[in-house]
Amino acid sequence: MAVKHRAREGASRDLLYQMLRIRRFEERCVELYSGEKIRGFMHLYIGEEAVAAGVCHALTPDDAVVSTYREHGHALVRDVPATAIMAEMYGKAAGCSRGRGGSMHIFDAPHRFYGGNAIVGGGLPLAVGLALADRFQGRNRVTACFFGDGAVAEGEFHECLNLAALWRLPVLFACENNLYAMGTALARSHAETDLALRAASYDVVAWPVDGMDVSAVADSASRAAESIRAGAGPHFLELRTYRFRAHSMYDPDRYRDKAEIEQWKKRDPINALITRMKAAQEIDDDGLSVLEKEISAEIDKAIAFAEQAPVEPVEDLARFVYSDTPRAGGTRPMGAVEAAP
Amino acid sequence: MSETGTTYREAMREAIREAMRRDERVFLMGEDVGAYGGCFAVSLGLLEEFGPERVRDTPLSESAFVGAGIGAALGGMRPIVEIMTVNFSLLALDQIINNAATLLHMSGGQFGVPLVIRMTTGAGRQLAAQHSHSLEGWYAHIPGLRILAPATLEDARGMLWPSLEDPDPVLIFEHGALYALSGVPRPGPVDITRAAIRRSGEDITLIAYGGTVGKTLSAADALAAENIEAEVIDLRVLRPLDDVTIMRSVGRTHRVLVVDEGWRSGSLSAEISSRIVEQAFYELDAPIGRLCAAEVPIPYARHLEEAAIPQVATIIAAAREVVTS
Ligand SMILES: Cc1ncc(C[n+]2csc(CCOP(=O)(O)OP(=O)(O)O)c2C)c(N)n1
Ligand SMILES: [Mg+2]
Repeated sequence: MAVKHRAREGASRDLLYQMLRIRRFEERCVELYSGEKIRGFMHLYIGEEAVAAGVCHALTPDDAVVSTYREHGHALVRDVPATAIMAEMYGKAAGCSRGRGGSMHIFDAPHRFYGGNAIVGGGLPLAVGLALADRFQGRNRVTACFFGDGAVAEGEFHECLNLAALWRLPVLFACENNLYAMGTALARSHAETDLALRAASYDVVAWPVDGMDVSAVADSASRAAESIRAGAGPHFLELRTYRFRAHSMYDPDRYRDKAEIEQWKKRDPINALITRMKAAQEIDDDGLSVLEKEISAEIDKAIAFAEQAPVEPVEDLARFVYSDTPRAGGTRPMGAVEAAP
Repeated sequence: MSETGTTYREAMREAIREAMRRDERVFLMGEDVGAYGGCFAVSLGLLEEFGPERVRDTPLSESAFVGAGIGAALGGMRPIVEIMTVNFSLLALDQIINNAATLLHMSGGQFGVPLVIRMTTGAGRQLAAQHSHSLEGWYAHIPGLRILAPATLEDARGMLWPSLEDPDPVLIFEHGALYALSGVPRPGPVDITRAAIRRSGEDITLIAYGGTVGKTLSAADALAAENIEAEVIDLRVLRPLDDVTIMRSVGRTHRVLVVDEGWRSGSLSAEISSRIVEQAFYELDAPIGRLCAAEVPIPYARHLEEAAIPQVATIIAAAREVVTS
């Protein structure tokens, strides 16, 4: 669907469409959470949509994405079907992770979406390894890895940046700096708050980007991805953004000034793009309502699908602890091909 | 704390508050313990009372701040380190096992580590596999650590102070489903060495701890309606295990079911069964039963998660089987 838009319209329209999809999808998720259709921890991306839309704009369908528990947006933009995401949050067998994962653990092999990881920093080593496999197998692909400002404090971040730089691996580190790690403000958890500077100290090409400006994000990500594909090794983008909602549905949000939140809402990336596009006569209210209708239909369909989808039979509880067959996942039998000399 | 009673969460908070008032060496450190009030709201209000020096928010750096807790303990402080959940404690496993549990022995008795680490454990809230595991049995494998699992308001309130007095590292596991438990706790000190008998009976011993104690007591009540009188042991201390209380109970009932939200293989339940076989084999009238978590990473979907961990109905069925076998 995203591809269709890309072909039909200009980039701005596609970026707007993707951001709106994420926003509307999550707004419905809030209602469904209140209605107890969705349970567990749910982390919303509202306010940060320009990051997913902009970064993924630079990726091809062959590229991989590794994400966090705040991953609905990344999954949607990577074309993981909304039906499968919604069914996952409903805990249904038709969910992309067969109801095992829920909101925090969206996985989708066909779109090379390597998950929703709920251990802060836990995805970074996977991204390094995926890129290493591409290197071994001579494929020119990018692995984009999303994580928050909080993750920069974890040892795994530092180990991974060094490793990726040392081996010049094709990883795009996309740091979503929303200024908070749960209730802890950036300056209260980092002595040096210039995260791009920290990444650069590992000899990784790094720069900060206005994460509320989707065009700026798309431009930076495209430049970074191009450079990675050309063999320049890992890149790091510090995407300066803000989450408009609480950390999760459990979070009473006591630690932020309401005025600060309102201030950031004035920079809403969706409104900003609409204003710009209207000024450039790239879209009008009719055009907008066409987009909204299309999105709303997609979400209605996803919810209807999730509602009627069956749950996994309890007898299958212990499935997928080990592979169903010794060669699951299309792995070649060992020893079938001689190692390259 | 209200006049009518308290919650497990408030009891824990009161215990921290009291410890910080009683000894200025005590401080609390961990992710979001301060401004946020603790990810499960245990430390709500403590920052305002004690200030940011003693209620220390840390970055997301489990290995560093747990290790720093060990260092501070070596340096004469009495840290309480909070890790949000046992799954995240794996990032600090090296510090806990290679340092905290080891330094006293490795230094020939010179460097003890008087440290308390608190963390949440357990399933039941649809948080899926990276937030729901019960790895306390794993920590109970490690010599040098004392492992506690408060399951009652008294223990939530009372276990912290003796843990701080302990010259060695103590890990306290708080089951996430217990925080809202409420009632009026009996006042007074508690020990951190013995198991407790929460219900007496002579037909079977049900051994549980932490999050499964309440379910096991409910099961025992239901079994009573079938004329099966179960004795319920709350282990409280997972290491070192209180063999005496267990063996005495087995000597009275001659039948045992161990209930554990952890996995069966290589587990605490396996350890308890072995000890009973070693120490009370001739007391047994039936094979020891074990009801553990299914051997899967805990899934998100409610029906799958429920099926994965012990429930009142499955405890009743398992106990019945041991009694009739
Ligand atoms: C290793 C680990 N420690 C703690 C947590 C609990 N936790 C989940 S999200 C989060 C904040 C992460 O902040 P950041 O990396 O900035 O990402 P954001 O949520 O802001 O997108 C914390 C502390 C966790 N999931 N994993
Ligand atoms: Mg953040």
